Amino acid sequence: MTNSDGDFLHELHHPDVPVPEAVRSVVTVTSFGKLMDAIYNWGRRNSVWPMFLGLACCAIEMIATASSRFDQARFGMELLRASPRQADLMIASGTVTKKMIVPIVRLYNQMSEPKYVLAMGACAIGGGPFKEGYSVVSGLDKYIPVDIYVPGCPPTPQALLYGFLMLHKKIDGQSLGNRNSVPWYSRTPGEDVPVPVLGPDIIDPRQAYLLRRATTTASEAHASA
Amino acid sequence: MTEYVQIAETVTPLQGAIHRLEAQFAGAVRRDDREGFSGVIVDSGRLVEVATFARDTLGFSYLSSATAVDYLGKAEGDPLEMVYHTYNLQGGPALVLKARTPRSEATLPSLVGVWPGANFQEREAWDLMGIRFEGHPNLTRILMWEGFNGHPLRKDWHEAYYEEDTKPFDSRWPEGRVSRAEEHNPYGRNVKYPADFALDGYESLAEKALYDAAPMGVHVTDMATDRVVVSMGPQHPSTHGVFRMIATLDGETIVGLEPVMGYLHRNHDKIGERNTFLHNMPFTDRLDYFCSMSNNHGYALAVEQLMALGKRYEPPTYRAEAIRVLMVELTRILNHLVAIGFLLNDLGAYFTPLMYAIIERELILDFFEATSGSRMMCNYMRFGGVAYDLPQRIEGTAALVNDRVRDFDTMHYLRDLINDRLPRAIDQTNDLLTTNEIITNRCIGVGVLTREDAIACSAAGPVLRASGVPYDVRRAEPYSIYPDLEFDVAVRYHGDIYDRYLIRLDEMRQSIRILKQILPILEETKGQPFFAGRGGQYNPRIPAGEAYGRAENPKGELGYYVVSDGGQNPWRYHVRAPSFINLTALEQMCKGHKVADVVAILGSIDIVLGEVDR
Repeated sequence: MTNSDGDFLHELHHPDVPVPEAVRSVVTVTSFGKLMDAIYNWGRRNSVWPMFLGLACCAIEMIATASSRFDQARFGMELLRASPRQADLMIASGTVTKKMIVPIVRLYNQMSEPKYVLAMGACAIGGGPFKEGYSVVSGLDKYIPVDIYVPGCPPTPQALLYGFLMLHKKIDGQSLGNRNSVPWYSRTPGEDVPVPVLGPDIIDPRQAYLLRRATTTASEAHASA
Repeated sequence: MTEYVQIAETVTPLQGAIHRLEAQFAGAVRRDDREGFSGVIVDSGRLVEVATFARDTLGFSYLSSATAVDYLGKAEGDPLEMVYHTYNLQGGPALVLKARTPRSEATLPSLVGVWPGANFQEREAWDLMGIRFEGHPNLTRILMWEGFNGHPLRKDWHEAYYEEDTKPFDSRWPEGRVSRAEEHNPYGRNVKYPADFALDGYESLAEKALYDAAPMGVHVTDMATDRVVVSMGPQHPSTHGVFRMIATLDGETIVGLEPVMGYLHRNHDKIGERNTFLHNMPFTDRLDYFCSMSNNHGYALAVEQLMALGKRYEPPTYRAEAIRVLMVELTRILNHLVAIGFLLNDLGAYFTPLMYAIIERELILDFFEATSGSRMMCNYMRFGGVAYDLPQRIEGTAALVNDRVRDFDTMHYLRDLINDRLPRAIDQTNDLLTTNEIITNRCIGVGVLTREDAIACSAAGPVLRASGVPYDVRRAEPYSIYPDLEFDVAVRYHGDIYDRYLIRLDEMRQSIRILKQILPILEETKGQPFFAGRGGQYNPRIPAGEAYGRAENPKGELGYYVVSDGGQNPWRYHVRAPSFINLTALEQMCKGHKVADVVAILGSIDIVLGEVDR
């Protein structure tokens, strides 16, 4: 969406913009922008394509949700796409390890906007039963923004479906007119999440200053001793 | 020589083998005489000789498990010990070889030359315990990444969120306030860095090391095409999870393939050593997450072996054993149906065959949920029995609002499932798939694993038996009530994808046979106790010693090596994961085939990443 288009949509939300005669004769509309929001969000929420990102145990329940008994296609989620370019929703289904967070951040950056992240299960939410371990990330949201949390170990397919409904609700609340509500309606393109580096332990570039400070202090202490 | 004959008449074959080892390698082999321990401790300088002798002369040709134990503070000199469990393919107990090395410069000779199946397991021991194996072809980290700081399974290595050595922790509420591990780490994350680490100019070795091992470029002398290195995974729909392969291609032909794992390494062993014995039961659920019931069974077997070393031990009741076998065999059918579904997924029949498998899976899971309270992570077995008896009725606990209301008598439900529904599903799978032209064309003769290679690479389960080795732990070293049950060990002889598919059908039919014998036992024993422990005590005192409990899991032999020091927690807890060790032979199977066949070969091994990476 170019800037001029964005401005156009933003202006539609202004109360002074007249509602076209043809529309006004059918429904009562107070703001053309809100009508656009409703139609636009209805379309978006009913065609969310999840990405096939099976991380651990929860992936099996995700597949069960996609198959015969639970049938997530009822919610417009026809296919699990293997490519991040074709996906709108990342279902992080399982334990996120330090080794795996690197590709996950890259996949997240590759997804085209609008994009949503659903953290499925205790591990993706906060490390779960494996949190204390040396190779597990204590929560996906330490690295990328998460929209929906579905607790459980693993969550039942019903719980995941409820998570989808919550996502629908969230999408319904987003507005083209509100630039600050989500990054993809703002003037500037969204920024990529910096990809972590596998060093002696995992290094988040956003925390490099903390790491530098700690190592400088350590080396100074060493020098003075 | 006469002495040997005398001994052989009075002792078991295993003791005879140990006598022969002692006679052959006098001075280099001594018995492990600690209370509760078994096997022989071999002088590390002659380990290769002893192993070769055990394999060739004594017939212990199958290396089941190789793992390291850290005896920090438990033995003189704080040594690291490598433990090898070897078996005779005719059946019988293990010959356990052990070799010790000092922890400061831990080095042992590699046994990859004797048993190629030791390859990944030695890499794991290097990665997690820091034992250097001399003569290993590719001694790099396997579960963590290259450049990681330290060897985490050593007892003196503490992770970022370390609190105390053992659970239960003294206080999770210091001074009445709850605290979280993140709050104590300056980074707010589960990370720690060595003191001398300098961030500026740091180059990550993790990826570089992988690609250095697979050189690209033209061989001017004999090569017409470029070699291309392709990284497949960890996010790929056909790798069954977060598995990754670095394939070197010549055109479309595979000339080299390096499995890369560890993307789901979640410290099963380290957490297991901090937990109490019972704490580990729910963690075993998450190993092979299709087969939580059979994982439980293997672990219960291992700990029950340890308990049997003590004075007062009551084995599980008959009803408990029957319920266990019921659960395990249902799990086997569930797993094999889904495995075939996934194999077809990999062959290009996207999702539809899997749907058929999942219909039956849901029915079995309904029963599991009604019995144990959870669909997938059952956490059902206990040391000495099971947690609950079978329910009277199976109600629609998982029912959706618009689903049919389900309420069945349990035995009626099981009878219907076992006598009618599941055999029909197996026959249907057979009818639809076995003679399908695409399947026969793509599977017959592809990914062949010969009998010799299968044994050498320590393949287990359907992969081993499809290569013509009729080795099934349920018959080779019987446990539970399997000796009373009538069933055949399925075996096929070609070792290709097609046979690995057919053997799963065979095994499901044998499971149905077992289940049909279990049903009357369940009727007869109705109302009898399902747990042998006194007063419902789940967490019994475990005497010091070691145990290697193994069970025939749907994916292969699942082994738990547990060392107890007599305390509340296992001193060493290691899982011999069939999926992990079956991957040793992957490169061999794939070489010379097209890149599209790799996913099918991988699908026919049937791996699950929770177990590969642990």
